[in-house]
Amino acid sequence: MTVTETLAFSDEAMKKYEWLLSRYPTRKAALLPTLRIAESEFGELGVPQMKYVADLMEIPPATVFGVVTFYTHYRRAGVGKYHLQVCSTLSCALRGSGDVVSRVTERLGIGVGETSDCGLFTLSKVECLGSCDTAPVIQCNDDYHEGLSLEDVDALIEQLRQEAGKGGA
Amino acid sequence: MSFRKIFTPYIHEDKCHSLKFYRSNGGYEQARKALNDWQPDDLIETVKAANLRGRGGAGFPTGVKWGFVPKQSDKPKYLAVNADESEPGTFKDRLIMEKNPHLLLEGIIICCKAVGIHHAYIYIRGEFVFGANRLQNAIDRAYSEGILGENCLGSDFKLDVTVHRGAGAYICGEETGMLTSIEGDRGQPKLKPPFPAVEGLFGCPTVVNNVETLANLPYILEIGAEEYRKIGPENSPGPKLFCVSGHVEKPGVFELPMGVSLRTLIDEHAGGVWKGRKLKAVIPGGSSAHVLTADECDVAMDIESLAAAGTMLGSAGVIVMDETTCMVDALLNIMRFYHHESCGQCTPCREGTGWLEKIAHRIAVGGGRMEDLDLVTEVCDRMVGKTICALADAAAFPAESIVKKFREDFVAAIENGGSPAWVKRHPANTGGAAAHV
Repeated sequence: MTVTETLAFSDEAMKKYEWLLSRYPTRKAALLPTLRIAESEFGELGVPQMKYVADLMEIPPATVFGVVTFYTHYRRAGVGKYHLQVCSTLSCALRGSGDVVSRVTERLGIGVGETSDCGLFTLSKVECLGSCDTAPVIQCNDDYHEGLSLEDVDALIEQLRQEAGKGGA
Repeated sequence: MSFRKIFTPYIHEDKCHSLKFYRSNGGYEQARKALNDWQPDDLIETVKAANLRGRGGAGFPTGVKWGFVPKQSDKPKYLAVNADESEPGTFKDRLIMEKNPHLLLEGIIICCKAVGIHHAYIYIRGEFVFGANRLQNAIDRAYSEGILGENCLGSDFKLDVTVHRGAGAYICGEETGMLTSIEGDRGQPKLKPPFPAVEGLFGCPTVVNNVETLANLPYILEIGAEEYRKIGPENSPGPKLFCVSGHVEKPGVFELPMGVSLRTLIDEHAGGVWKGRKLKAVIPGGSSAHVLTADECDVAMDIESLAAAGTMLGSAGVIVMDETTCMVDALLNIMRFYHHESCGQCTPCREGTGWLEKIAHRIAVGGGRMEDLDLVTEVCDRMVGKTICALADAAAFPAESIVKKFREDFVAAIENGGSPAWVKRHPANTGGAAAHV
């Protein structure tokens, strides 16, 4: 696998990984947090990245794949720079999450599960984010944007576009 | 004794999460006493006497749970702190972790001393990145100040605490699913027995406690079991965080004595139903609870009273729905959640949640049949109590109660070609067209 060979944790990531191993009695227990390191090192968890983690931890690749795909929050391959995850569970739905999804769809011209042509945005509907008192809520990458009006949604998209234009994170 | 807030008295202060702030208000004094002055058995007996009951949802007596862990064990023992907080309508543990993380750590120290545990894992849901960072910072500070580590607070007690982030799976809030997830696997629950107290994390005796449960411990030591039991009803006493969301003027987390009336909670604390509308339905304890009608809301928010009312306190996640809510749409939303979150191990759950979602969907989009209403009940009967964990029950309880108590909404949707929202969007649809989706 030539692709895998080119992937490697940085020294800093490797230190974090070794620290993780010291926190658990088994190596496998460090898998979920190690996938987080891989996510931030490589930007996404596609097959080559999963294979790298499998080799590093001496865990069968199928097991790593099974774990990554069981959970919804890992950053899978092909997701845009900004992953707009609109909470759609009951409390958010009661306070207009459906309109938030429609607004994002309108503004970006993408449907749920799609990525914009520019590669900047992916739109997902997700289940309860545990922020029901500030519904409706979008989680964009790591950050919560809470109590959103439709104007707030527009402003968020605009802000992210500008941030991307400046080459920021 | 007047009611004193213990989780949230300072949450509006800027630095309320800092160690300095926490210590300036007496923080870690109870942990210090627990470590240096208390015998483990006395701690367990005190928590039993206080009748602290788990705040995660099941309401199991905490001291009794600790008592199940073998005293003599050649294996290490673990504490797994359930901070997965994934029950829809629940957002209380997040508040503790973000605003008062040292309170949780102090509770963890007390629990670990009582049970003889030297490593605690905090399983926090993956989405709570801010909370996880805040918790990690608090832990780092606690290590550097000698609160955690080799000699906790000047004692000879060693304690490590590790934050373990989840990655987006409701099922990891189920205790055995959570343990499996910490072990590095897909978070699928396991059959009990063996119970975690005997054979849990890494095959070792393990205590699993919710964040809010642990955050009660310093206060119990401070005021004593007898005084603690006087707060709220004796059978489920203590201060409690209630989450109110949905159609209210002021959604939020409210710290009140256990046993506050549901109607008072909604009308006074959460500002009442929004926009001057009438109340239609309330889910009192997270979306897994049986729904209550507007007429059933004069009930005390405690474990026994809600059980007597045919529902549950659960995670105290109160979801309020106003008169404009179509309960067919509400059911569809809830069933979509459980179908999505079913781990897929047990057929009654994997298939049952899917069936319930499909039935709710076809009724909502104009393809429903009258016999679907009985079919929901039949499917629920085949799910409850027939699976490894309680997720199937958690889907069936709202399903059967919503259909039973709001039957008229379902009949109307079947007769009118769909739910009001669907009909409004598809005026030409006379019903049945979308039956096969």
